[in-house]
Amino acid sequence: MSLFLLRRTVVFAATLAGASVVIFLVLDILPGNAALTILGPDAPSDAVAALSHKLGLDQPALARYFAWIFGLLSGDLGVSYAYDTPVAELILGGLSVSLPLAVMAMALTALIALSLGIFAALRHNSVLDTGVMGMSQIGIAIPNFWFAILLILLFAVRLHWFAAGGFPGWGEGALTALRALILPAVALAVVQAAILARVTRSSIIEVMREDFVRTARAKGLTRRAALWRHVLRNAMIPVVTIMGLQFANLIAGTVVIENVFYLPGLGRLIFQAINNRDLIVVRDCVMLLAALVVAVNFAIDLVYVTIDPRLKVQAP
Amino acid sequence: MIAGISFERRALRHPSFAIGSALILLLLATAVVSLIWTPWPPGELDIPHKLALPSAAHLFGTDSLGRDVASLIMAGARNSILVGVIAVAIGLVIGTAVGTLAAAAKGWVEEVAMRLSDFTFAFPAILSAIMLTALFGPGIVNSIIAIGIFNIPVFARVTRASANSVWTREFILAARVAGKNRLQITLEHVLPNILPVIIVQATIQFATAILAEAALSYLGLGTQPPQPSWGRMLNEAQTLMFQAPRLAIYPGIAIALSVLGLNLVGDGLRDLLDPRLARQR
Amino acid sequence: MALLELDDLTVTLSTARGPAKAVRGVSFALDRGETLGLVGESGSGKSMTALAILGLLPEGARTSGRLRFEGRELLTLDEAELCRIRGDRIGVVFQEPMTALNPLHSIGRQVAETLMLHRGMSAGASRREAIRLLDRVGIPDAARRVDAYPHQFSGGQRQRVTIAIALACGPDILIADEPTTALDVTIQRQILDLIAGLVEEDGMALILISHDLGVIAENVERTLVMYGGALVEEGPTDEVFARPSHPYTQGLFGARPRLGVGRGTKLATIKGTVPELADMPPGCPFAGRCPLTIAACDAALPGPVELSPSHAARCIRLDVALGVS
Repeated sequence: MSLFLLRRTVVFAATLAGASVVIFLVLDILPGNAALTILGPDAPSDAVAALSHKLGLDQPALARYFAWIFGLLSGDLGVSYAYDTPVAELILGGLSVSLPLAVMAMALTALIALSLGIFAALRHNSVLDTGVMGMSQIGIAIPNFWFAILLILLFAVRLHWFAAGGFPGWGEGALTALRALILPAVALAVVQAAILARVTRSSIIEVMREDFVRTARAKGLTRRAALWRHVLRNAMIPVVTIMGLQFANLIAGTVVIENVFYLPGLGRLIFQAINNRDLIVVRDCVMLLAALVVAVNFAIDLVYVTIDPRLKVQAP
Repeated sequence: MIAGISFERRALRHPSFAIGSALILLLLATAVVSLIWTPWPPGELDIPHKLALPSAAHLFGTDSLGRDVASLIMAGARNSILVGVIAVAIGLVIGTAVGTLAAAAKGWVEEVAMRLSDFTFAFPAILSAIMLTALFGPGIVNSIIAIGIFNIPVFARVTRASANSVWTREFILAARVAGKNRLQITLEHVLPNILPVIIVQATIQFATAILAEAALSYLGLGTQPPQPSWGRMLNEAQTLMFQAPRLAIYPGIAIALSVLGLNLVGDGLRDLLDPRLARQR
Repeated sequence: MALLELDDLTVTLSTARGPAKAVRGVSFALDRGETLGLVGESGSGKSMTALAILGLLPEGARTSGRLRFEGRELLTLDEAELCRIRGDRIGVVFQEPMTALNPLHSIGRQVAETLMLHRGMSAGASRREAIRLLDRVGIPDAARRVDAYPHQFSGGQRQRVTIAIALACGPDILIADEPTTALDVTIQRQILDLIAGLVEEDGMALILISHDLGVIAENVERTLVMYGGALVEEGPTDEVFARPSHPYTQGLFGARPRLGVGRGTKLATIKGTVPELADMPPGCPFAGRCPLTIAACDAALPGPVELSPSHAARCIRLDVALGVS
């Protein structure tokens, strides 16, 4: 294993551990008595004590933390107070909507951003370039949930092409289910793509000025061939970095967008759990989302190694 | 080459900076005017005239409770600016302190500070706001704190990177030879030199803060009624999408124009304050 | 027919301050197997001349005059045809070996790419040929290192790799643009000897571009001196070095202590600095800095004055210039 990967793996594990400690501290220790928070300040004290015992709150903090972590690792996430269902089941249900949505949105982001970025970079300083960049500047300024509302206004209220929200469930067939995710995915992707398109464009323009591109042209490669064979792979390094950072925004965006479209995903689950004061569900969901962000950034590091041979330095 | 032309003249010639400044001035003017005058008292209910179409009396019409939308938009500008200023100030003060400290101290202090800031990147503003509101309940203060916390690592990273490059310059060496300690050097030489970077980042984070506040208020986690807020207005508009779709238009445009203005000014300042970058664009 | 013929070649760049002539009416011919040196300060138009020959001028550059390779006009040739000549018939080595190679591709792949492009070789055949080329330019253990990446090589070795790329198709002309400027002094000699040896073995023509008079003196038969985008003096290297005639050439050579010059003689220095392209005088580019400047110098770029059948300089005050020196 390369030195780079070794270091990143250690950071990955440490970040996950750190995140779990912070989440545990914030949601389990700071509020004082979680049972009281759940039941409200007016609850009778014997009910609070009973719930405290049921939640294991009478155990010492360290024991509760490790109970939680071992539970996470063994797949036992506890039972939701509000729904009286295992949290794992709720989360799996949410993931079955949120994960396809995030993947669709990210794929759409990459597709739009790369094509616009390459298009603009090849026409550097032309009217088309300025136009694309102006559009992207506006795209960045638009809140994704407002764009989602505009999409609903146009495609659901006016044109009736899509439903205004809701999710039929995977039981209705994959196509029907995916159809319900199209508008949410577009809403998530457009704003992110606007940012990524700018990064792609400036990265390509920068790499095109590199000496090795001149070497490639001096070999007899056309501009286009030099772009495909030499520029793009080098230009992808910052683009991939930004995509990793954007994934955190995408996760946050999913929470909002799921609420716009009433999708029964992870975001909606968290949101309802907050309203229900269902702290166990909040804790596990936030941990999962944070872990997803960290994991995606770790995966990005793996992508780097396949792109950039300079990172394949062997560990001693 | 362009040193002969004053900063003001260059600024006016920079198209995105000029457009952005105009938009920001519009936002500020709206907020200031709303303190002394709005067409109607913002938030005043007038149920008989609910969902009125735009007219001379109600420029943007009224909402489901008969409130004047134009007045709510004007008052909402105040709210966005308030959240933006405080949230950016939290991030700027703490983040810059951490970043310059890390650059000055080097070694393990820098390593720890930067790993910590890496780590907070795993929690986007919305996630930390969700955690905070889960505990302390929704509200404008909690959303400001959440957005402010999210801003800390952003400023820490940017200031550390620029401070590091300032530390390698000759005049720092001269100051060290003159016997100045690291804190003095940071205050006298490093901070003034990284100020342009901080200003640019603050402008861009201001825009991000307005977006985040709008999202939180839209979800019902941020600004609470009766305090007017653009995000909140969008939330209410969505329930009336079939009866009065226009209500979903105005607050969105207000948010987008404010964010656009701040981002354009941020990009413009980056070009204007750093001629090296300007030539590349 | 000369292999390469430049006739009144002018390159106009678009700069922030408007159009500026980077190359002004340069004419010369290069025969098969001939070695030629372009010498001058940075900004004198040497590299722009090379890029013009390759058709790789920066965006927005305009050209006029003639530029013929084997009788074909290159300036009006379409991009596809130019690409067929570049890398196949004309090879080039640039100044910065550290950045001239793509960091993400193995060196073997970068050498083989030229062969696959122009010779239509298969992956296997081009790889075998790449190993042979790398071996020829002196990369030790080429068969094993062919799959290594640029960051695993030193600057001198990377320059050997770029030479292998330039030589891959056995070009008629090798252009070496300051090939050793970025290298350690000890490595410079090795790289120059390598280039000289390869040029001789393959019978290539060489255009060697350098600001270093020593490099030019030892490696080329004919020397062209450039200043402000114009060719100010040209001739056989021996003659130019023995009898520098243009006041600029004299200034350039002034700092070189020479045998036969009296002990008390002061070394000449050139006053002032090279003006920016947009500020170049309309006539002789050296007017103003030149100690012999008269009003007529600003009138027009002087024509070449023959000093011998093969040696010429562009100066209207050569009589005085040769008198003082």
